[in-house]
Amino acid sequence: MPSLGADMEAGTLVEWLKVPGDAVASGDLLAVVETQKGAIEVEVFEEGTLEEYLIEIGKKVPVGTPMAMIRVKGEVVAEKTAAPKAPKPEPAASKPEPTPATSTPTPRLKGDRIRITPAALRLAQSKGIDARTLGDIGTGPDGAFTLADIEAADPSVVSPPAVNPMDGMRAAIAAAMSRSKAEIPHYYLAHAVDLTAAQAFVDQTNANRAPDERLLLGALYLKAVAKALRKYTEFNGHFSDGAFQPASAINPGMAITIRGGGLVAPAIFSADSLDLGGLMSSIRDLAGRVRAGRFRATELSDATITVTSLGERGVDQLFGVIYPPQVAIIGIGTPHLQPFDVNGAVQSRLTTTLTLAADHRASDGHRGALFLRAINKHLQKPEKL
Amino acid sequence: MTETETLLRAELHRIAPDIEIEDIDRDEELREEFDIDSLDFLNLVTALGKALNTPMPEADYAKMGSFNDMLAYLTQKAT
Repeated sequence: MPSLGADMEAGTLVEWLKVPGDAVASGDLLAVVETQKGAIEVEVFEEGTLEEYLIEIGKKVPVGTPMAMIRVKGEVVAEKTAAPKAPKPEPAASKPEPTPATSTPTPRLKGDRIRITPAALRLAQSKGIDARTLGDIGTGPDGAFTLADIEAADPSVVSPPAVNPMDGMRAAIAAAMSRSKAEIPHYYLAHAVDLTAAQAFVDQTNANRAPDERLLLGALYLKAVAKALRKYTEFNGHFSDGAFQPASAINPGMAITIRGGGLVAPAIFSADSLDLGGLMSSIRDLAGRVRAGRFRATELSDATITVTSLGERGVDQLFGVIYPPQVAIIGIGTPHLQPFDVNGAVQSRLTTTLTLAADHRASDGHRGALFLRAINKHLQKPEKL
Repeated sequence: MTETETLLRAELHRIAPDIEIEDIDRDEELREEFDIDSLDFLNLVTALGKALNTPMPEADYAKMGSFNDMLAYLTQKAT
């Protein structure tokens, strides 16, 4: 007896949909079970032959009780019990839960026709409701299903709320990241970077600027990555049709967190040709639109690499998951003071860890390492960014 | 509530609409309490500076640590 919900403790077998000797395959419907939530079809998840029933129709058994024996192909002694895959939620029947062992109308046996009034049948068909899933008796005469039974079973009215439904954002991330981890052979590299010069440049630049003219380190990261990509072209583009297709423009996607959950990484187009002020304007514009939910589809599809920064309140480093069909993602940890070697003397320096996760189908670690070093080099000369 | 506080609350609400002022610790780090990043903070400073016609220099960011710090800073600049 499968658990068809966290609150289910027991179920009542109301109908077998297979008889012993039947060949069964994964996904076949084996039985109908009555639960607090209504009648639910139990699926088979193995291939073989139904050997014998282990419980009788009408019997209420606790979750976990073996219901039937299925002999798997090639198996000599049948040992497997039927268990379901995740069942579809089914509409609840309006009637009180029948207790077939005591109720007067006996449960239907296989092959019995269900009793249903013509009007109820028409309504059920128009709503796509299979009356056989409503249990074994209706509220009408002789246990027939009536219009009221079908109305009460309308899934749009009585479907139990789905457990923890994924919203669109979570579902989109789940799909992209699952695909990435299934298809892309990632390799990972990390490089410690001294940000003292970059931060000093930002501080100095901002000292006399109005707030809306100020720079953030994030703009320097983006520009340094974009400039390095001019030389390391195998990290900028898409893997499609079985091959890496380098992109003609450098459009890094900037990962932006959405309050309440999720993130997107829309592109900043031709970032390598923008100066730091222009990049800041683009960052502000993009972040503002993302938070208002107004970014464009091409801003997602045309990004050629992703840059993700943990910002000021994160941790030391992150190893990203490539957003397909891109082939690389640069991660930037939270800058913090730590001992760092400067020309042979250890000093306290503002540092971060730069990481690269890249697609091994498009590049190798040697080039990946050179790419990270090139980004570092650009960050050491912020005035030239 | 002073006009300055009304302004600060409104700008924080614009950036972090999911956080209720009543639920935060006004003496703790503003960025932590409202879960705002450096770009959000820059946008906040930009908006407040424009509204109060004050430069909000980066050198003064240390005086804008908590909600109460920020309110005191703005109140002083507004008078």
